[in-house]
Amino acid sequence: MSGKPKLHYFNGRGRMESIRWLLAAAGVEFEECFLETKDDLTKLQKGGSLLFQQVPMVEIDGMKMVQSRAIGNYIAAKYNLYGKDLKERALIDMYVEGITDLNELLMSHTFQPADKKEQHFATIVDKATNRYFPVYEKVLKDHGQDFLVGSRLSRADVQLLETILMAEECKPDILAKFPLLQSFKARISNIPTIKKFLQPGSQRKPPLQEKDVPKVMKIFH
Amino acid sequence: MAGKPKLYYFDGRGKMESVRWLLAAAGVEFEEEFLETREQYEKLLQGGSLLFQQVPMVEIDGMKMVQTRAILSYIAAKYNLYGKDLKERALIDMYVGGTDDLMGFIIMFPFLSAEDKEKQRAVIVQKATSRYFPAYEKVLKDHGQDFLVGNNFSWADVHLLEAILMVEEKKSDVLSGFPQLQAFKARISSIPAIKKFLEPGSQRKPVPDDKYVETVRRVLRMYYDVKAN
Repeated sequence: MSGKPKLHYFNGRGRMESIRWLLAAAGVEFEECFLETKDDLTKLQKGGSLLFQQVPMVEIDGMKMVQSRAIGNYIAAKYNLYGKDLKERALIDMYVEGITDLNELLMSHTFQPADKKEQHFATIVDKATNRYFPVYEKVLKDHGQDFLVGSRLSRADVQLLETILMAEECKPDILAKFPLLQSFKARISNIPTIKKFLQPGSQRKPPLQEKDVPKVMKIFH
Repeated sequence: MAGKPKLYYFDGRGKMESVRWLLAAAGVEFEEEFLETREQYEKLLQGGSLLFQQVPMVEIDGMKMVQTRAILSYIAAKYNLYGKDLKERALIDMYVGGTDDLMGFIIMFPFLSAEDKEKQRAVIVQKATSRYFPAYEKVLKDHGQDFLVGNNFSWADVHLLEAILMVEEKKSDVLSGFPQLQAFKARISSIPAIKKFLEPGSQRKPVPDDKYVETVRRVLRMYYDVKAN
């Protein structure tokens, strides 16, 4: 019998953070089991819980789900954050994949070697402000609605907010040229489940500090 | 107005090949426009056709779809290759995620230096035989059915066959420890739509060569060194 979903990952954002956001937005309580050492990962692998020997892994509805996209898709569909039909789903998928690409860029910043960091930062800012944010600004401008797709909250909105906040951690004024994204950010942040997730004490994870990188690397390498 | 889907990409595999496979498996005829020059690409960009300035792009059902995963999910759902319910979809998504990761080790192969190619070949084979193939071998062994999910042909089967053939191009006997996968390969290859796609003259693209690499670099102005992941 399915209790709360249980997330297996290290105690940090990585590829699990988008899943935490989605569950929180859907108002679903979840538990977390943190990997601290390589042994913890090995134990999970040997137990046969990890289809491809990797985390994220989420125990949900009797399944041990892996692959962050698969997990995100399942949660979004189950909790009605995936649009009302195939075409809305297509739009949501396109928007989410774009956001994920930007998200990966942001996530990889902490792992850049010191001599590449400055250039990587410039790449992030360039891609965010010239490739990705303009797209979502235009989507909102063109239809004038509160949400990206279908006039109601979907995972595209949740993931865009997540990525906007991560980008702002990188460069606080990164939304300067995007007035509609600024009001989008305020609006989505105010949704009760999301507002709660944004408060201290929630299961939202802070950005990875440089000093913690070695510990994380040890778990996976 | 629904004409045939139209694929915009280079005349080669890259990220579009999985889309070609899936459309072919679904028995859907499609057209292709091949990017040969920088001008063509800039025209597409200026026309606003590429949401994130990137290809693949597929015109389908009045949409200009981008992002390979979005395109594949749409096609799979539309042509009933995505399982019958949420749980089957979850399994298909997991399996496709794995084959996607495996093919991800292969996709940049043509862009690597000769030295890196040899190293990467070993990585591909190692990942295939120790991480990915064992997972699918076990799935098939455990349920004893012909298809990966729900006793029905799905996107997961098409994607796995594509991945198997790609890895075999790097090491022809790579399936030797995997009897279930060998039978699977034979079985899925003989499905009429797939059999047709595997024959010469189909829209399946050959192993990427230097000409392909040159075209991609020229069109995308991608002249930096590509490193393996």
